[in-house]
Amino acid sequence: MDQLLLARWQFGITTVYHFLFVPLTLGLSILVAIMETIYVRTGNETYQKMAKFWGKLFLINFAMGVVTGIVQEFQFGMNWSGYSRFVGDIFGAPLAVEALAAFFIESTFIGLWIFGWDKLSKTVHAATIWLVAFATNLSAFWILVANSFMQAPVGYVLRNGRAEMTEFFALLSNRHVWYQFPHTVLSGFTTAAFFVMGISAYHLMRKNYSDFFRRSFRLGLIFGVASILLVSAVGHFQGQYLTQAQPMKMAAAEALWESADPAPLAVLAIIDEQNQTNSAEIQLPGLLSFLTYNKFSGEVKGIKEIQAEYETEYGPGNYIPPVVPVFWSFRIMVLAGVLMAILALYGLYLQQTGQLENKQGFLKAMLWAIPLPYIANTGGWLMAEIGRQPWIVQGLQRVEEAISPAVSTGAVLTSLLGFTLLYGVLAVADVYLLSKYAKQGPEEKILDDRVGTSKEVSLWT
Amino acid sequence: MDLNTIWFSLVAVLFTGFFFLEGFDYGVGILLPFLGKNDTERRMIINTIGPVWDGNEVWMLTAGGAMFAAFPNWYATLFSGFYLALFLMLAALIVRGVAFEFRSKDPSPAWRNMWDWAIFAGSLLPALLWGVAMTNLLQGVPIDAQMEYVGSFWNLLSPYTLVGGIAGLLVFILHGAIFLSLKIDGEIMERARQKALAAGVLAIPAVLLLAVLSYTQTDLFAKAGAGAVLIGSLMALVAAYLLLSRGKPGWALVANGLTIVCYIAAIFWGLFPRVMVSSLNPDWSLTIYNASSSPYTLKVMTIVALTLVPIVLAYQAWTYWIFRRRVGPKNLEY
Repeated sequence: MDQLLLARWQFGITTVYHFLFVPLTLGLSILVAIMETIYVRTGNETYQKMAKFWGKLFLINFAMGVVTGIVQEFQFGMNWSGYSRFVGDIFGAPLAVEALAAFFIESTFIGLWIFGWDKLSKTVHAATIWLVAFATNLSAFWILVANSFMQAPVGYVLRNGRAEMTEFFALLSNRHVWYQFPHTVLSGFTTAAFFVMGISAYHLMRKNYSDFFRRSFRLGLIFGVASILLVSAVGHFQGQYLTQAQPMKMAAAEALWESADPAPLAVLAIIDEQNQTNSAEIQLPGLLSFLTYNKFSGEVKGIKEIQAEYETEYGPGNYIPPVVPVFWSFRIMVLAGVLMAILALYGLYLQQTGQLENKQGFLKAMLWAIPLPYIANTGGWLMAEIGRQPWIVQGLQRVEEAISPAVSTGAVLTSLLGFTLLYGVLAVADVYLLSKYAKQGPEEKILDDRVGTSKEVSLWT
Repeated sequence: MDLNTIWFSLVAVLFTGFFFLEGFDYGVGILLPFLGKNDTERRMIINTIGPVWDGNEVWMLTAGGAMFAAFPNWYATLFSGFYLALFLMLAALIVRGVAFEFRSKDPSPAWRNMWDWAIFAGSLLPALLWGVAMTNLLQGVPIDAQMEYVGSFWNLLSPYTLVGGIAGLLVFILHGAIFLSLKIDGEIMERARQKALAAGVLAIPAVLLLAVLSYTQTDLFAKAGAGAVLIGSLMALVAAYLLLSRGKPGWALVANGLTIVCYIAAIFWGLFPRVMVSSLNPDWSLTIYNASSSPYTLKVMTIVALTLVPIVLAYQAWTYWIFRRRVGPKNLEY
C-alpha cells in the first residue's frame, strides 16, 4: 500500500461519509422551516410538534454532518499539499467564503433555534431555521464552486508554477456549478422527502398519531415528487454537458470503448478493462446518441479515441479512469432514481385517490425506500470523483502530483484507520438515536436542550 | 499596509477571536466531569455554552479557510507538517461536537457519562495542542527550501512548546471557569469560582515560564513591541486572578480575555512578516510574501472579508445577548 493509494482511500471515505449526512440536512432544514412557518401562520400546534419532532432528527443528523465537514476542510492541507500549493490561489477562496458567508450563519442560528424556543418571538424563531436552511444550501453552493473547479477549471491562468485566479466571477458562473449545484441540492431535497415519507409510513402502518404523520407524509410527498422530477431533469442536461466538459468520464460511465454513431446505450455489460472491451452487453441502439443530442444519431466519442487525443495534448500516459466503478455507480444512481420517481408518483396517485393509508404494501415499501436516496447520492459522487481520474484538476494536475511529499505512509495509514474506526462507531450511535426517536413519535418531550433561566443577573454583577 | 499584511492581520484576528471564544468553551468542557456532580448540574454546565459553541468553532474553520485562500503555502506546510497532531485534534473535535448533540438523547447514565468524558477529552486535547502549535510556529520547525516540513511528530514537542501547550490549557481552563461562574446559578457558581482561582494559581507561573522561554528560545523579544505585548499578557492574567479573588468575575473574564488576545498578538507580532519559521535556515522561512496567493485573489478576498466579518460579529454578538441570562436548575427540560 502506498501513500497515494491510502490518501485516495481517505479522501473517498471521508467524502462519502460526510455526504451521507449533508443531503438530509439540505432538505430537512427546509421541511422543518416550512412546518414551523405553517405553525406560525395558522397557529396549529400540530405543525409546531412536527417542527420539533423532525427538528430533533434533523439535529442528530446535522451534528454528524458538521463534524465530518471539518475533516474535509483540513485534509487538503494534510494529504494533498501539492494540490493546495498548486491551486490554493483559486480553491481556497470559495472555502473561505463558505466559512464566512454560510457556515457562520448556520452554526450561529442553529444554536438560536435549539435554545431559543422561549426566548424569541414566534416569527423570529421561525426565521432562525430559515436562515439555517438558507445557509446550509448556500454552503453547498460554495463547496460545489470549489469542486467544479476540479472538474472543469475556469477563470485561471498558469503563472509562477501554479494556477492563479484571474476572474472570481468566472468561478461563480462556471457552467459546471450550475448543473452540479441544482443536481446536488435537489438530491438532498429528495433524500429528506424520502426520509420523512419513510418514517411517516412506518407510523401510518401502525396507525400511530395518524393525523400527525398523514400531514408529514403529505408534505414529504409534495416536496419529494417535485424534487425527484427536477433532479432527473437536471441530471439529464448535466449528462449532456459533461459529454463536452469531461468526455472521458461520460464514456467511462457508458463503458463505450469505441466511438460510435449512432451510439447505443449499454444497459448492462461485463467490462474487461484489461483488453478494453465488453462482453455480454445489453444495448439499446441509438439511445446514447439520443440522450446526448436529443436525436437518434450523432457521434459519441469512445474511450480509446479520447485517450489518443489526451496523449497528443498532455503527453504519454493513461488517461482512462477505472471504468468498472464509474459504469456501475452511474447505473446504481440512475436505477435508484427511477425507483424513487416511480414510488413518489404512485404515492401521489394514492394520496389523490385517498387510498394511501390502506395500502400497507406501499407504506412498507416507502419505509424500505429510505436508503434509496443515500445509494443514489453515493453513486453520484463516486461517479463524479472516480470518473475524474487520473486528474485531480481536470487537465491541469494529476492526482499523483497532488499528494503531500512530507507525509509518511504510516501517518496516512494511522489517520485513515483512526478516522474510519471513529466514523464506524459514530455511525452506530447515530443510527441508534435516529431510529429510537423516529420510532418513538412526537409525544415525547422533544427538546431536552432548553436552557432554564431562573433570575435575571447581568454579566457584570 | 499591503494586502499581504492585511491578510496576515486578518488571520491573526480570526485566531484571536477563536481562542477568545472557544477558549472558554474548551474550559467549560474540560471542567464538565469535575464540576457537575449530578446529571442536572452537568446539563446546566453544557447549556451555558450550548447555544454558542458551534458558532465559536467556526472561527477556527474560518481561520483555516482564510489561510488556505490567502496563504496556500502556509496552509499546505502547516497541515501536512503537523499531520499527526492535526489528526488528533480533528478526532477530538469530531467526538466533542457529536457529544454535545448526542449526550442527552438517551437517559442511560452510562451513555451520558460516556459522552461527558468525550466532551472532556474532546476539549482537553485541542486546548493543549493549539498551545503546542502556536509556540511551534514561532520557535521554528524543520522546513526545507521547498517549503516542506522535514521533521517528525516528535520534532513538535520541545520543552518550550510543551510549556506553551500547558500554559494555553491552564488559561483556557481559567477562562472556562470564570465564564461558568458568570453564567451559571446556584451552588456550582461558587465551585466554578474556586476552580478558577486554582487554575489561576497554576496559570500564572506557567505563563511566566512561557514568557521566559520565549525570551531564551525564540526571537520574539527582538521586537520590543511584541515582547511588551507578551508581558502585557502576563499582567492581564495576574489582573484576572486579582479581580476574581475580589469577586468581580465579569471584569476577570475581560482581563483573562485580554491575556489571550495579547498572547496571540505577541505570537503574530513576533512572527511577522514570517508565518512559519524554518529552524534549518532563516531564508527558508515562510513569509507573508512567499506563502501568499496572487494579488488578485487577495484583493477579491479582502472585499469579501471586509463585507462579511462585521455582519458575522453583529449576529454573534446578538446571540450572546439573547442568551445573556444565567442558567439555573429550574426549567431545565430533558
